[in-house]
Amino acid sequence: MRLYADSSRCSGCKACLLACAFSHFQENNPRKAALAIIPHFPAPGNYEVRVCTQCGECAKVCPVDAIPQNEKGAYYIDPGLCIACDACVDACPEGVVFKIPGREAPFECDLCGECVNFCGMNVLSIAE
Amino acid sequence: MNGYAGTILRVNLTTGEIRKEPYDPAVARDFLGGRGLGIYTLWHEVPAGTDPLSPQNKLIASTGPLSGLLVPGAGKMDWTCKAPLTGGYASASVGGHLTAELKYAGYDAIILEGVSARPVYLYIDDDRVELRDASDLWGRGSITAEEALKKRLGEDFQIATIGPGGENLVKYACITHDYGRQAGRGGVGAVMGSKRLKAIAVRGSKTIPVADLPRFWELAHAMYRACKEAEGLPAWQRYGTTIVTSWCDEVGALPTRNFQQGSFEHGPNLYGQVMREKIVITDKGCFACPSPCGKYSYSRKHGIRVEGPEYETIALLGSNVALTDIEDVAYANYLCDELGIDSISAGNVIAFAMECFERGILTPKDTDGLELRFGNAEATFAMIERIARREGLGDLLAEGVKVAAERLGRGSADWAVHVKGMEQSGYETHNATAMLLAYMTADVGAHHNRAWAITYDLQVGRDQVTPEKVARVILLQHIRPLFDALGACRLQWVELGIDVTQYAPMMAAITGIERSWEDLLKISERIWNLTRLYWFREVPGFGREWDLPAPRFYKHPATGGPTEGQLTPLETAQRLLDMYYAQRGWDGNGRPTAQKLAELGLSEYA
Repeated sequence: MRLYADSSRCSGCKACLLACAFSHFQENNPRKAALAIIPHFPAPGNYEVRVCTQCGECAKVCPVDAIPQNEKGAYYIDPGLCIACDACVDACPEGVVFKIPGREAPFECDLCGECVNFCGMNVLSIAE
Repeated sequence: MNGYAGTILRVNLTTGEIRKEPYDPAVARDFLGGRGLGIYTLWHEVPAGTDPLSPQNKLIASTGPLSGLLVPGAGKMDWTCKAPLTGGYASASVGGHLTAELKYAGYDAIILEGVSARPVYLYIDDDRVELRDASDLWGRGSITAEEALKKRLGEDFQIATIGPGGENLVKYACITHDYGRQAGRGGVGAVMGSKRLKAIAVRGSKTIPVADLPRFWELAHAMYRACKEAEGLPAWQRYGTTIVTSWCDEVGALPTRNFQQGSFEHGPNLYGQVMREKIVITDKGCFACPSPCGKYSYSRKHGIRVEGPEYETIALLGSNVALTDIEDVAYANYLCDELGIDSISAGNVIAFAMECFERGILTPKDTDGLELRFGNAEATFAMIERIARREGLGDLLAEGVKVAAERLGRGSADWAVHVKGMEQSGYETHNATAMLLAYMTADVGAHHNRAWAITYDLQVGRDQVTPEKVARVILLQHIRPLFDALGACRLQWVELGIDVTQYAPMMAAITGIERSWEDLLKISERIWNLTRLYWFREVPGFGREWDLPAPRFYKHPATGGPTEGQLTPLETAQRLLDMYYAQRGWDGNGRPTAQKLAELGLSEYA
């Protein structure tokens, strides 16, 4: 299972970021989301959505094996084992392993699906 | 303070002093935020009789308690000031991402006061707030300046700018954000220009506190689900506000040739369906919006990208000036955006000048040889430039249609379509009494967003003059502007039909203050009455005369289309006002009575 994004449908509203941050941290703060929207304006004039592809690069580079997979097959960073070396942040090809101030361990998509629930444009989906 | 950042940023451009002040919880309770905080601040801080373009006027950019939260369309910011265009109350709403970002940075509002000696921009990065030199940006277009600032500061900054129109104090200059969204009406951009503030750049990383997180999360789910399941969603997502163009044309509500009639023989060229196929490249939404009305377009003919045109621009810079190609309308839209003038007022004023030209009131000598006739796209583009730069006839038209007609004389006042000095927006009202009353009584002048009653006219009979119609206008004037105090968009309710009363429990979950939907509407009525008192305070002789419609609709029948030969006699308009004042608890001159003010907790403002 992984999250898919059809960037051509995205209108840049960020509801997915809010839902993601709330799901992870119970906070209203899109800076704490595990996906990203990059606007390209005024030209060419579109949005680019970056999501975790569950490629596993983060787990491969982790020196302390702190990135196992959950029951949905999503890689997740175990804060109890993480030594905050940030190797996973640097290794992520999509740039969607995030650090936030005041929290040592980075975090990434856990396939909770809340971003899908809140996207009005059907940009996002979870599938094999 | 749950639902709020809790801090107001006060920036004095004369002294350079920047202060962070606590948001008074009593003001938030009684006026909510957004336009409520705007009029409260304007009333108390800007002395009566202030010149709108003087340092004493203040510009208040205000979020609301819903702004920045996971609520459908919670991306609206209100800009309040004394209006350069009308001399009364101005409140202009803009979507996009600015309002959310400001709250994440830790501020509910910015109060801008004084005037800078040199061009500056306001830089806000969480706690770090600075006035920075903007000499290199002065003179540049709104969109060009935004792009330059994003390159300099980073893509994650949200930017508001003015263009040459604001710098040159065009009375209907706007403030532009996110490459094409505007706080459009009343001249808020001219006030920003008068302060020599070219731009505001904001980035924030903080969390907005919410009182009851589980309840909030549950309601957020329910509201988004309702939007996503709405029957009208796919069409609205595809066409946005342009979905109404064909409807307006068919029923005779599409302003054509300076509101002479409500149907345009080339209208089908401008319909949303045509526009979508021809020029739209991306759906562009505001913050947290599941139903983005923004359509981002590319015109091959003119080689430009523009957000829009949306319905109002198509009406005013399309049919109202008789342009027949959607790509020409898009280009006119682009010029207004880049130059920083309101496309509604611009289209209305240019149509007025075209009618004066065709009637011989203006001659080629006045227009520097321009054949300013309906349908002339090149002349339309040229006039937009001249207005923004105040060149030639543009200098007069930059004053707005009311002042332009006063100075021109020769009967031109009959062709000036405005109320209170604000150019009427995109609905032809020869025979649509609810919409006419909505324009007559809107608290900024002839703008549709306070009460979009045109569909109600068609539903119950457009010439009906009944207490029910008046009551409907008043209800809309309480519901719709309530959203401008909450910092969210009304269109999920208007266009998708989601249950509007859901906003009451949502507000309670966010703020921790239990209030019913009726309680919130009462606050909206309080704000409406205070803005009314503001007009009486600021405009000498203000009263009933100021609520009368443009002569076009009571003296000169529609010249074609479904309303051909029809008008609304002045006595009918007066009867509408009688009923409206009585239902509102206002006296015969339209002033709120002491009893009404007491009921609303406004006795101290009498």
